[in-house]
Amino acid sequence: MPVAVGRDAKEDILLHLEQVDAGANTVYLESSVQNLYGRHIRELLEDGLGDAKVEGVTVRAKDTGALDWVILARLEAGLRRLLPGFKTRLLPERAWEYRPQVPKDRWRRSRLYLPGNQPDLMVCAALFQPDGVILDLEDSVAPSEKDAARILVRNALLAVDFGPCERMVRVNQLPDGLYDLPDLLDTDGVDTILLPKAQRAEEVGQVAQFIKEYNTRWGSARRVWLMPILEDAMGILKSYEIAASCDEVCALTFGAEDFTRDIGAQRTKEGRESFTARCMLVMGARAAGVPPIDTVYSDVDDEAGLVASVKEAIALGFEGKGCIHPRQVRLIHDAFRPEEKEFQWAVKVKRAMEEAHARGQGVVAVGSKMIDPPVAARALKTLKMGEFYGMKEGGNHE
Amino acid sequence: MSDLILNAVGRRVPLEVNGKPQTIFQGVGAYRPTGPKAAPRIPSNADYGTDKRLRSLREALEKCGLRDGMTIGIHHHFRDGDLTVVPLFDTIAEMGFKDITFAPSALFPTHEPLIRHLESGVIHHIEGSMNGPIGRFCTHGRMKGTGILRSHGGRWQAAQDGELKIDIGLIPAPSADSMGNANGVNGPSACGPLGFALTDATFADRVIVLTDHLVPFPNVPWEIPGMLVDYVVEVEKIGIPEKIVSGTTRITKSPTRLLIAEYIAQFIEEAGYLGRSFQAGAGGISLAFVQYMAQRMRAAGVKAPFARGGSTKYLVDLLNEGLIGYILDGQSFDLDGVKSLRDNPKHISTSPFTSYNYHSKGNIAQHVGTAVLGATEVDLQFRANVVSHSDGYLLHGIGGWQNTLDADLTILAFPLFRGRIPIIVEEVTTVCAPGEMIDVVITERGIAVNPLRQDLLDRLKGSSLPIVTIEELRRKALQLCGAPDAPVRDMETPVAIVKWVDGTVLDTVFKVPERE
Repeated sequence: MPVAVGRDAKEDILLHLEQVDAGANTVYLESSVQNLYGRHIRELLEDGLGDAKVEGVTVRAKDTGALDWVILARLEAGLRRLLPGFKTRLLPERAWEYRPQVPKDRWRRSRLYLPGNQPDLMVCAALFQPDGVILDLEDSVAPSEKDAARILVRNALLAVDFGPCERMVRVNQLPDGLYDLPDLLDTDGVDTILLPKAQRAEEVGQVAQFIKEYNTRWGSARRVWLMPILEDAMGILKSYEIAASCDEVCALTFGAEDFTRDIGAQRTKEGRESFTARCMLVMGARAAGVPPIDTVYSDVDDEAGLVASVKEAIALGFEGKGCIHPRQVRLIHDAFRPEEKEFQWAVKVKRAMEEAHARGQGVVAVGSKMIDPPVAARALKTLKMGEFYGMKEGGNHE
Repeated sequence: MSDLILNAVGRRVPLEVNGKPQTIFQGVGAYRPTGPKAAPRIPSNADYGTDKRLRSLREALEKCGLRDGMTIGIHHHFRDGDLTVVPLFDTIAEMGFKDITFAPSALFPTHEPLIRHLESGVIHHIEGSMNGPIGRFCTHGRMKGTGILRSHGGRWQAAQDGELKIDIGLIPAPSADSMGNANGVNGPSACGPLGFALTDATFADRVIVLTDHLVPFPNVPWEIPGMLVDYVVEVEKIGIPEKIVSGTTRITKSPTRLLIAEYIAQFIEEAGYLGRSFQAGAGGISLAFVQYMAQRMRAAGVKAPFARGGSTKYLVDLLNEGLIGYILDGQSFDLDGVKSLRDNPKHISTSPFTSYNYHSKGNIAQHVGTAVLGATEVDLQFRANVVSHSDGYLLHGIGGWQNTLDADLTILAFPLFRGRIPIIVEEVTTVCAPGEMIDVVITERGIAVNPLRQDLLDRLKGSSLPIVTIEELRRKALQLCGAPDAPVRDMETPVAIVKWVDGTVLDTVFKVPERE
């Protein structure tokens, strides 16, 4: 049976593969960049078929400027669909040599969702400087394309330069998500796994155990963090247990769309239907000592609404927000920037703490005001955040 | 075809084209021809009454004395909505004439049917722009003569110094009276200014106005004065309004292009050009950068003395807000632009005569602070190409692009690659601008400043913008896309030449052999 794979869309390639009689493989190519890259793409496909050690396969390709790592991903996915039991990986060149371990407590103010079966957005994602990118294998991928998306995401983890962004992948809901993991872990290019519709602490722990064992087996020392997404009533009720399930959980986050459906409510702009759940998530996460991170704001055109929603999230105790469009990143980062007044106050608190410490005193005071330990801790956090934004003592007078 | 010799940008160009001797490019501002300007034939009033109407275009062409080998000019203000060019050549074919030199100010996809008249030899060659299927036809060397690509200003220059002699100028006009007084702001096919038609009105020996909206004398305003017109022909329809002013000129939604537009606005401010005049086109990036720049102008409390169109709703809004003093407009891209031009005394129609004229005592383009333009290729010497694709095929006309390079700060902005094809190249396929004309290249992955503009580099020191070298941009593009094959071109067979704004030959477009 002939199979199709890929997309007739920009920076992608659509392949039709067919097994004819044994003998030489045949490639027919139609490309928007025929004159400049046609020879190269044909060779790439022919060599790919050679590396795959297949015979008698006919490939009809319609290319719209796909990059090599995309073409290889589509060819591999096509061969897997065409030939049951086909296992050969067609890997692109790795764009990076060594990536340091991402710290568990890094900034996660913004994380940009990228549909897992759409390569063009992946290539430019880092330009918008989100703290993290999420290559999504779950809801943004049609059920029939899950296999192709997994291979595309794997190749993206190898070949795309995501710069300083944390590389996150949202796998499918467990237990299916377990099958997504080996392809991702083998690249050594994934920092954090998002677990959608997490409901039970045990399953999160199992994923951590699976990853640990898998990585040990092939000799990687990398610790891969987990970010469970709580998207239903059960998940919210178990938020503490899930957050505390294992040391790999780096944050808890919330999925509003599925949650409102689960409780039988309608999603509104004000979000009253999920207010309690978000507060419970904050408490569960904080009780377990991990930061809570808020859901996405889905109206891309409403910038004022997004900013208000981030401010509300900060007020509730969240430390980050999801983005479904690159334009949202800057607005979110600006909203997380501490107020100048707040930052300068934090500077004073730190100074007072140092002075008190030097004098051997336990009591910290700014002017005539005593500073309680939790207030001091908040000030230190503000200070750290402000310094991250380049804020300086006394303000910027340039 | 004559021998090819090397010009001042290091390109091989012919000394003779279509039987006419050519002057090769000698450097920017180096060529200054002398003597009197060219002029059309002397008419006499006694030959013209108050009613110049004729029954058909054919009758008008006959009365104009159309012969084999003549040159016919036309403007392009109807863009892709034009309904006059193809019927014009159908009529000429019916009349049995051939070897016509066709000199439009631009052509659009709707003009594809001209290919049959190029194949049959009714049209000898095109002087103007060649894109799409006509571009392919020319690039394959199938046109009888050699194409000549000129800028909007270059068309005016060539008419003035006698390089381009227009025998018959056809002026499709949205509104006209029986004397031939014409404008572009009234009638069902309103298109905005008619400035490009002034070349034909002023320099053609014979001028025909074609209209679908005949009004009683006097038709005011008369951007085209009837005293320059020989005949008036009324037809049912000269344009498709939705395609003339599409009304769909929208700010890009592409996050990459918006990022480029933000970089442009930030660069303009940090380079000290905020509050200076600017040129804004209708491209997605152009519309977007104006919005970001306007935000910065509001925050800084500065106004721009004027902006150059193509006008759009976005530019009109800024005029009404008081952020710009005037719009000096070459063409309107949407109905808001047309309406503002008609109703707002601070929205002025300008022509290539005032804007881009090389043979004048100064022009408007020289007064512009910042111009933001696109390009199909830029090379490591900052030379830029707008007419051909990297595979050698003709793609666009030059338009006003070469002319606006006269701005103080000329920015070329584009994504680092389009559909896998890198825009920064080792050597451009066709030189349309010498490197010294380009000050800055802005892409989503880095900004390169021409080393000739050390002043800009100094001012941008310490900027948060990603300033890199042009070589670095090239390296990044190759890393992402891989190296493309060199185009297959027959480097001994010119199919078209590219003129610089002074009429000298800047580069040659060579034949690309047809693949089976």
